[in-house]
Amino acid sequence: MQVPILKQGPYLIATIQSALTDADIVQLRDALVEQVGRFRSRGVIIDVTALDVMDSFATGTLRDVAHMVRLRGAETVIVGIQPDVAFAMVHMGLTLEGVTTKLDLEEGLDHLNRNIKTTAGR
Amino acid sequence: MGLAQLRNEGKPANESTAVLLRELVAHLGQNRTQLREEWIRRITEGRLLTAMSKEEIFAEATSVYDSYVEALETRTLETLQSYAQNLSERIIPRGVETHEVVGIVLLLRDVLARSLFSKYHSDSRMLNAVLDAYEPAANAIAITVAVGFVRERERIIRQQQEAIRELSTPVLQVRERLLILPIIGLIDPLRARQLTEQLLRGIRANRAKVVVIDITGVAAMDATVANHLVLTVESARLLGARVIVTGLSPEIAQTLVNIGVDLGKMNTVGDLQGGIEEAERLLGYKVGPLSDTTPA
Repeated sequence: MQVPILKQGPYLIATIQSALTDADIVQLRDALVEQVGRFRSRGVIIDVTALDVMDSFATGTLRDVAHMVRLRGAETVIVGIQPDVAFAMVHMGLTLEGVTTKLDLEEGLDHLNRNIKTTAGR
Repeated sequence: MGLAQLRNEGKPANESTAVLLRELVAHLGQNRTQLREEWIRRITEGRLLTAMSKEEIFAEATSVYDSYVEALETRTLETLQSYAQNLSERIIPRGVETHEVVGIVLLLRDVLARSLFSKYHSDSRMLNAVLDAYEPAANAIAITVAVGFVRERERIIRQQQEAIRELSTPVLQVRERLLILPIIGLIDPLRARQLTEQLLRGIRANRAKVVVIDITGVAAMDATVANHLVLTVESARLLGARVIVTGLSPEIAQTLVNIGVDLGKMNTVGDLQGGIEEAERLLGYKVGPLSDTTPA
Protein backbone atom coordinates (compact mmCIF):
# COMPACT_ATOMS: atom_id res chain seq x y z
CA MET A 1 0.00 0.00 0.00
CA GLN A 2 1.35 3.38 -0.95
CA VAL A 3 1.79 5.90 1.85
CA PRO A 4 0.10 9.26 1.21
CA ILE A 5 2.38 12.29 1.65
CA LEU A 6 0.59 15.49 2.58
CA LYS A 7 2.10 18.91 2.11
CA GLN A 8 1.28 21.11 5.07
CA GLY A 9 2.90 24.55 4.81
CA PRO A 10 6.66 24.10 4.95
CA TYR A 11 6.30 20.48 6.12
CA LEU A 12 5.63 17.12 4.56
CA ILE A 13 3.56 14.68 6.59
CA ALA A 14 3.58 10.97 5.79
CA THR A 15 1.09 8.93 7.79
CA ILE A 16 1.62 5.20 7.61
CA GLN A 17 -1.79 3.57 7.85
CA SER A 18 -1.10 -0.13 7.67
CA ALA A 19 1.74 -2.63 7.73
CA LEU A 20 4.16 -1.99 4.88
CA THR A 21 6.17 -4.29 2.67
CA ASP A 22 9.85 -3.56 2.17
CA ALA A 23 9.06 -2.25 -1.32
CA ASP A 24 6.48 0.18 0.10
CA ILE A 25 9.02 1.56 2.54
CA VAL A 26 11.64 2.04 -0.19
CA GLN A 27 9.00 3.77 -2.28
CA LEU A 28 8.15 6.05 0.66
CA ARG A 29 11.84 6.87 1.13
CA ASP A 30 12.32 7.82 -2.52
CA ALA A 31 9.12 9.86 -2.62
CA LEU A 32 10.00 11.83 0.52
CA VAL A 33 13.56 12.59 -0.48
CA GLU A 34 12.38 13.72 -3.91
CA GLN A 35 9.47 15.83 -2.63
CA VAL A 36 11.52 17.64 0.03
CA GLY A 37 13.36 19.29 -2.86
CA ARG A 38 10.31 19.80 -5.06
CA PHE A 39 8.25 21.58 -2.39
CA ARG A 40 11.24 23.24 -0.70
CA SER A 41 10.07 21.72 2.59
CA ARG A 42 11.80 22.49 5.88
CA GLY A 43 10.58 19.50 7.82
CA VAL A 44 9.31 15.96 7.38
CA ILE A 45 7.08 14.11 9.84
CA ILE A 46 6.62 10.37 9.56
CA ASP A 47 3.71 9.13 11.68
CA VAL A 48 4.00 5.44 12.58
CA THR A 49 1.15 5.31 15.13
CA ALA A 50 -0.62 2.57 13.19
CA LEU A 51 2.38 0.24 13.11
CA ASP A 52 2.45 -2.48 15.73
CA VAL A 53 5.76 -3.87 14.56
CA MET A 54 8.93 -2.27 13.23
CA ASP A 55 11.55 -4.63 11.85
CA SER A 56 15.18 -3.86 11.21
CA PHE A 57 14.59 -3.04 7.55
CA ALA A 58 11.85 -0.52 8.31
CA THR A 59 13.87 1.07 11.10
CA GLY A 60 17.02 1.20 9.00
CA THR A 61 15.18 2.75 6.06
CA LEU A 62 13.50 5.37 8.23
CA ARG A 63 16.89 6.27 9.66
CA ASP A 64 18.22 6.58 6.10
CA VAL A 65 15.31 8.85 5.23
CA ALA A 66 16.17 11.11 8.17
CA HIS A 67 19.82 11.33 7.13
CA MET A 68 19.04 11.86 3.45
CA VAL A 69 16.46 14.52 4.25
CA ARG A 70 18.99 16.30 6.43
CA LEU A 71 21.42 16.35 3.51
CA ARG A 72 18.64 17.88 1.44
CA GLY A 73 18.32 20.66 3.99
CA ALA A 74 15.29 19.63 6.07
CA GLU A 75 14.67 17.96 9.40
CA THR A 76 12.86 14.67 10.02
CA VAL A 77 10.77 13.75 13.05
CA ILE A 78 9.36 10.27 13.59
CA VAL A 79 6.23 10.32 15.73
CA GLY A 80 3.80 7.90 17.29
CA ILE A 81 6.00 4.90 18.09
CA GLN A 82 3.91 2.66 20.37
CA PRO A 83 5.32 1.72 23.80
CA ASP A 84 5.55 -1.98 22.98
CA VAL A 85 7.10 -1.28 19.62
CA ALA A 86 9.64 1.06 21.21
CA PHE A 87 10.74 -1.55 23.70
CA ALA A 88 10.95 -4.30 21.10
CA MET A 89 13.03 -2.07 18.84
CA VAL A 90 15.48 -1.16 21.58
CA HIS A 91 15.76 -4.81 22.51
CA MET A 92 16.85 -5.62 18.97
CA GLY A 93 19.33 -2.75 19.06
CA LEU A 94 17.30 -0.60 16.65
CA THR A 95 17.56 2.72 18.44
CA LEU A 96 17.17 5.18 15.56
CA GLU A 97 20.32 7.00 16.57
CA GLY A 98 20.55 10.58 15.44
CA VAL A 99 16.87 10.73 14.55
CA THR A 100 14.42 12.95 16.43
CA THR A 101 11.40 11.08 17.79
CA LYS A 102 8.33 12.63 19.37
CA LEU A 103 5.21 11.34 21.05
CA ASP A 104 2.64 12.24 18.42
CA LEU A 105 1.93 14.44 15.42
CA GLU A 106 1.19 17.46 17.59
CA GLU A 107 4.50 17.18 19.42
CA GLY A 108 6.32 16.68 16.14
CA LEU A 109 4.83 19.82 14.60
CA ASP A 110 5.58 21.73 17.79
CA HIS A 111 9.21 20.63 17.64
CA LEU A 112 9.60 21.62 13.99
CA ASN A 113 7.89 24.99 14.52
CA ARG A 114 10.23 25.81 17.36
CA ASN A 115 13.41 24.66 15.64
CA ILE A 116 12.73 26.25 12.31
CA LYS A 117 11.64 29.53 13.85
CA THR A 118 14.88 29.83 15.77
CA THR A 119 16.92 29.18 12.64
CA ALA A 120 14.89 31.69 10.66
CA GLY A 121 15.17 34.33 13.39
CA ARG A 122 18.94 34.38 13.33
CA MET B 1 -13.26 -34.03 41.09
CA GLY B 2 -14.04 -35.05 44.65
CA LEU B 3 -17.70 -35.28 43.79
CA ALA B 4 -17.18 -37.69 40.93
CA GLN B 5 -14.95 -39.76 43.13
CA LEU B 6 -17.55 -40.06 45.83
CA ARG B 7 -20.14 -41.29 43.38
CA ASN B 8 -17.90 -43.57 41.35
CA GLU B 9 -16.51 -45.41 44.28
CA GLY B 10 -20.00 -46.03 45.55
CA LYS B 11 -21.01 -47.53 42.22
CA PRO B 12 -20.30 -51.29 42.41
CA ALA B 13 -22.80 -51.90 45.18
CA ASN B 14 -24.85 -48.80 44.71
CA GLU B 15 -28.03 -49.89 46.47
CA SER B 16 -26.45 -51.48 49.49
CA THR B 17 -23.98 -48.58 49.84
CA ALA B 18 -26.87 -46.16 49.98
CA VAL B 19 -28.57 -48.26 52.63
CA LEU B 20 -25.39 -48.52 54.67
CA LEU B 21 -24.71 -44.80 54.45
CA ARG B 22 -28.24 -44.10 55.61
CA GLU B 23 -27.65 -46.31 58.61
CA LEU B 24 -24.35 -44.62 59.22
CA VAL B 25 -25.91 -41.18 59.11
CA ALA B 26 -28.57 -42.27 61.57
CA HIS B 27 -25.86 -43.56 63.89
CA LEU B 28 -23.90 -40.30 63.63
CA GLY B 29 -27.05 -38.29 64.27
CA GLN B 30 -27.89 -40.24 67.42
CA ASN B 31 -24.43 -39.94 68.88
CA ARG B 32 -23.85 -36.38 67.78
CA THR B 33 -23.13 -34.85 71.19
CA GLN B 34 -20.88 -37.61 72.39
CA LEU B 35 -18.84 -37.92 69.15
CA ARG B 36 -18.44 -34.20 68.88
CA GLU B 37 -17.14 -34.02 72.48
CA GLU B 38 -14.68 -36.78 71.71
CA TRP B 39 -13.51 -35.03 68.58
CA ILE B 40 -13.01 -31.69 70.33
CA ARG B 41 -11.12 -33.44 73.12
CA ARG B 42 -8.75 -34.93 70.57
CA ILE B 43 -8.32 -31.60 68.80
CA THR B 44 -7.32 -29.97 72.07
CA GLU B 45 -5.06 -32.87 72.92
CA GLY B 46 -3.34 -32.65 69.56
CA ARG B 47 -2.80 -28.90 70.14
CA LEU B 48 -4.51 -28.05 66.88
CA LEU B 49 -6.28 -24.73 66.21
CA THR B 50 -4.32 -23.01 68.98
CA ALA B 51 -5.16 -19.66 67.40
CA MET B 52 -8.82 -20.10 68.31
CA SER B 53 -10.60 -20.00 71.67
CA LYS B 54 -12.40 -23.01 73.13
CA GLU B 55 -15.84 -21.61 72.34
CA GLU B 56 -14.85 -20.92 68.76
CA ILE B 57 -13.48 -24.41 68.35
CA PHE B 58 -16.74 -25.76 69.72
CA ALA B 59 -18.84 -23.68 67.33
CA GLU B 60 -16.71 -24.54 64.30
CA ALA B 61 -16.56 -28.20 65.26
CA THR B 62 -20.33 -28.34 65.48
CA SER B 63 -20.85 -26.90 62.03
CA VAL B 64 -18.06 -28.99 60.51
CA TYR B 65 -19.59 -32.08 62.09
CA ASP B 66 -23.03 -31.25 60.74
CA SER B 67 -21.75 -30.50 57.24
CA TYR B 68 -19.78 -33.71 57.37
CA VAL B 69 -22.84 -35.75 58.22
CA GLU B 70 -24.84 -33.87 55.64
CA ALA B 71 -22.25 -34.67 52.96
CA LEU B 72 -22.51 -38.34 53.88
CA GLU B 73 -26.29 -38.17 53.86
CA THR B 74 -26.84 -36.34 50.57
CA ARG B 75 -23.75 -37.91 48.98
CA THR B 76 -22.89 -34.58 47.35
CA LEU B 77 -20.01 -32.33 48.23
CA GLU B 78 -21.34 -28.97 47.04
CA THR B 79 -22.51 -27.75 50.44
CA LEU B 80 -19.33 -28.96 52.05
CA GLN B 81 -17.25 -27.34 49.35
CA SER B 82 -18.79 -23.92 49.90
CA TYR B 83 -18.63 -24.41 53.67
CA ALA B 84 -14.92 -25.31 53.41
CA GLN B 85 -14.27 -22.18 51.38
CA ASN B 86 -16.19 -20.05 53.82
CA LEU B 87 -14.33 -21.62 56.74
CA SER B 88 -10.97 -21.01 55.06
CA GLU B 89 -11.82 -17.37 54.45
CA ARG B 90 -12.54 -16.94 58.14
CA ILE B 91 -9.65 -18.83 59.66
CA ILE B 92 -6.74 -18.14 57.31
CA PRO B 93 -6.38 -14.51 58.46
CA ARG B 94 -6.14 -15.83 62.04
CA GLY B 95 -3.05 -17.83 61.18
CA VAL B 96 -4.49 -21.34 61.04
CA GLU B 97 -2.06 -23.63 59.23
CA THR B 98 -2.76 -26.20 56.55
CA HIS B 99 -1.70 -29.10 58.75
CA GLU B 100 -4.23 -28.05 61.39
CA VAL B 101 -7.16 -28.02 59.00
CA VAL B 102 -6.22 -31.34 57.42
CA GLY B 103 -5.46 -32.64 60.91
CA ILE B 104 -8.89 -31.90 62.36
CA VAL B 105 -10.71 -33.40 59.40
CA LEU B 106 -8.64 -36.57 59.63
CA LEU B 107 -9.26 -36.67 63.40
CA LEU B 108 -12.99 -36.49 62.80
CA ARG B 109 -12.69 -39.30 60.29
CA ASP B 110 -10.84 -41.40 62.87
CA VAL B 111 -13.27 -40.59 65.68
CA LEU B 112 -16.21 -41.63 63.53
CA ALA B 113 -14.42 -44.77 62.35
CA ARG B 114 -13.72 -45.71 65.96
CA SER B 115 -17.36 -45.32 66.85
CA LEU B 116 -18.21 -47.65 63.99
CA PHE B 117 -15.73 -50.22 65.29
CA SER B 118 -17.27 -50.17 68.72
CA LYS B 119 -20.78 -50.36 67.32
CA TYR B 120 -20.22 -53.31 64.98
CA HIS B 121 -17.36 -55.07 66.76
CA SER B 122 -19.41 -58.23 67.19
CA ASP B 123 -20.31 -58.45 63.51
CA SER B 124 -17.16 -58.26 61.43
CA ARG B 125 -18.95 -58.83 58.09
CA MET B 126 -21.22 -55.88 58.75
CA LEU B 127 -18.28 -53.81 59.97
CA ASN B 128 -16.45 -54.45 56.72
CA ALA B 129 -19.48 -53.48 54.67
CA VAL B 130 -20.02 -50.27 56.63
CA LEU B 131 -16.35 -49.33 56.34
CA ASP B 132 -16.45 -50.04 52.61
CA ALA B 133 -19.20 -47.47 52.30
CA TYR B 134 -17.74 -45.05 54.81
CA GLU B 135 -14.06 -44.89 53.84
CA PRO B 136 -14.29 -43.57 50.25
CA ALA B 137 -16.89 -41.03 51.31
CA ALA B 138 -14.80 -39.88 54.26
CA ASN B 139 -11.67 -39.62 52.14
CA ALA B 140 -13.48 -37.61 49.51
CA ILE B 141 -14.65 -35.23 52.23
CA ALA B 142 -11.14 -34.87 53.63
CA ILE B 143 -9.79 -34.12 50.16
CA THR B 144 -12.52 -31.57 49.53
CA VAL B 145 -11.78 -29.66 52.71
CA ALA B 146 -8.01 -29.74 52.19
CA VAL B 147 -8.27 -28.65 48.56
CA GLY B 148 -10.70 -25.89 49.51
CA PHE B 149 -8.30 -24.61 52.14
CA VAL B 150 -5.23 -24.70 49.89
CA ARG B 151 -7.15 -23.09 47.05
CA GLU B 152 -8.20 -20.22 49.30
CA ARG B 153 -4.60 -19.76 50.43
CA GLU B 154 -3.38 -19.63 46.85
CA ARG B 155 -6.07 -17.11 46.00
CA ILE B 156 -4.91 -14.87 48.85
CA ILE B 157 -1.27 -15.20 47.79
CA ARG B 158 -2.13 -14.29 44.20
CA GLN B 159 -4.14 -11.30 45.39
CA GLN B 160 -1.30 -10.05 47.56
CA GLN B 161 1.27 -10.50 44.80
CA GLU B 162 -0.96 -8.48 42.53
CA ALA B 163 -1.25 -5.74 45.15
CA ILE B 164 2.52 -5.63 45.70
CA ARG B 165 3.11 -5.52 42.00
CA GLU B 166 0.80 -2.57 41.58
CA LEU B 167 2.18 -0.70 44.53
CA SER B 168 5.79 -1.25 43.59
CA THR B 169 5.95 0.96 40.51
CA PRO B 170 4.06 4.21 40.84
CA VAL B 171 4.39 6.64 37.95
CA LEU B 172 3.64 10.12 39.28
CA GLN B 173 3.04 13.35 37.47
CA VAL B 174 4.63 16.28 39.32
CA ARG B 175 4.09 18.93 36.68
CA GLU B 176 2.45 19.16 33.33
CA ARG B 177 4.46 16.80 31.10
CA LEU B 178 6.89 15.79 33.85
CA LEU B 179 6.73 12.35 35.41
CA ILE B 180 8.72 10.90 38.25
CA LEU B 181 9.25 7.23 38.80
CA PRO B 182 10.66 6.51 42.23
CA ILE B 183 12.05 3.01 42.46
CA ILE B 184 12.56 1.45 45.87
CA GLY B 185 13.85 -1.97 46.79
CA LEU B 186 15.20 -4.84 44.82
CA ILE B 187 14.63 -4.97 41.08
CA ASP B 188 14.37 -8.43 39.58
CA PRO B 189 13.96 -8.97 35.85
CA LEU B 190 10.18 -9.38 36.20
CA ARG B 191 9.80 -6.12 38.07
CA ALA B 192 12.14 -4.38 35.66
CA ARG B 193 10.00 -5.41 32.72
CA GLN B 194 6.85 -4.29 34.44
CA LEU B 195 8.48 -1.00 35.33
CA THR B 196 9.35 -0.32 31.73
CA GLU B 197 5.85 -1.15 30.64
CA GLN B 198 4.29 1.18 33.20
CA LEU B 199 6.69 3.98 32.37
CA LEU B 200 6.10 3.77 28.62
CA ARG B 201 2.33 3.66 29.12
CA GLY B 202 2.59 6.54 31.56
CA ILE B 203 4.50 8.60 29.01
CA ARG B 204 1.74 8.05 26.47
CA ALA B 205 -1.12 8.62 28.89
CA ASN B 206 0.30 11.82 30.43
CA ARG B 207 1.98 13.04 27.23
CA ALA B 208 5.19 13.40 29.19
CA LYS B 209 8.21 15.17 27.79
CA VAL B 210 10.60 14.54 30.63
CA VAL B 211 10.79 11.62 33.05
CA VAL B 212 12.89 11.50 36.20
CA ILE B 213 13.72 7.97 37.32
CA ASP B 214 14.92 8.08 40.90
CA ILE B 215 16.85 5.02 42.04
CA THR B 216 18.06 6.33 45.39
CA GLY B 217 16.19 3.47 47.03
CA VAL B 218 17.93 0.79 44.99
CA ALA B 219 21.10 -0.41 46.68
CA ALA B 220 22.49 -2.50 43.84
CA MET B 221 21.48 -4.02 40.56
CA ASP B 222 22.99 -6.75 38.44
CA ALA B 223 24.16 -6.31 34.88
CA THR B 224 20.92 -7.65 33.37
CA VAL B 225 18.77 -5.15 35.20
CA ALA B 226 21.21 -2.31 34.55
CA ASN B 227 21.06 -3.15 30.87
CA HIS B 228 17.30 -3.16 31.09
CA LEU B 229 17.36 0.31 32.62
CA VAL B 230 19.42 1.54 29.69
CA LEU B 231 16.95 -0.03 27.25
CA THR B 232 14.11 1.69 29.08
CA VAL B 233 15.81 5.05 28.69
CA GLU B 234 16.24 4.42 24.96
CA SER B 235 12.63 3.29 24.54
CA ALA B 236 11.40 6.43 26.27
CA ARG B 237 13.45 8.49 23.84
CA LEU B 238 11.71 6.76 20.94
CA LEU B 239 8.42 7.95 22.43
CA GLY B 240 9.80 11.47 22.43
CA ALA B 241 10.49 11.77 26.15
CA ARG B 242 13.81 12.56 27.78
CA VAL B 243 14.84 10.54 30.79
CA ILE B 244 16.89 11.80 33.70
CA VAL B 245 18.21 9.16 36.09
CA THR B 246 18.93 10.33 39.62
CA GLY B 247 20.37 8.94 42.82
CA LEU B 248 22.78 6.37 41.41
CA SER B 249 24.64 4.67 44.22
CA PRO B 250 28.38 4.12 43.82
CA GLU B 251 27.78 0.39 43.27
CA ILE B 252 25.28 0.98 40.51
CA ALA B 253 27.54 3.56 38.91
CA GLN B 254 30.25 0.93 38.86
CA THR B 255 27.94 -1.68 37.36
CA LEU B 256 26.89 0.73 34.62
CA VAL B 257 30.48 1.54 33.77
CA ASN B 258 31.43 -2.14 33.83
CA ILE B 259 28.75 -3.11 31.35
CA GLY B 260 29.96 -0.29 29.16
CA VAL B 261 26.92 1.96 28.94
CA ASP B 262 27.27 4.81 26.49
CA LEU B 263 27.09 7.66 28.99
CA GLY B 264 26.30 10.16 26.25
CA LYS B 265 22.83 8.67 26.05
CA MET B 266 22.14 8.65 29.79
CA ASN B 267 21.33 11.89 31.49
CA THR B 268 22.20 11.45 35.15
CA VAL B 269 21.93 13.90 38.05
CA GLY B 270 23.08 13.37 41.63
CA ASP B 271 19.82 13.48 43.56
CA LEU B 272 16.08 13.75 42.99
CA GLN B 273 16.00 17.48 43.69
CA GLY B 274 18.68 18.12 41.09
CA GLY B 275 16.83 15.87 38.67
CA ILE B 276 13.57 17.76 39.04
CA GLU B 277 15.38 21.09 38.66
CA GLU B 278 17.05 19.85 35.50
CA ALA B 279 13.70 18.61 34.20
CA GLU B 280 12.08 21.97 34.91
CA ARG B 281 14.89 23.67 33.02
CA LEU B 282 14.32 21.34 30.06
CA LEU B 283 10.61 22.11 30.13
CA GLY B 284 11.25 25.84 30.35
CA TYR B 285 9.96 26.38 33.88
CA LYS B 286 11.65 28.93 36.06
CA VAL B 287 11.15 28.26 39.74
CA GLY B 288 12.45 30.45 42.52
CA PRO B 289 11.43 31.98 45.85
CA LEU B 290 8.73 34.68 45.64
CA SER B 291 10.94 37.27 47.35
CA ASP B 292 13.25 37.27 44.31
CA THR B 293 10.56 38.51 41.98
CA THR B 294 8.61 40.84 44.31
CA PRO B 295 10.95 43.22 46.12
CA ALA B 296 9.92 43.71 49.75
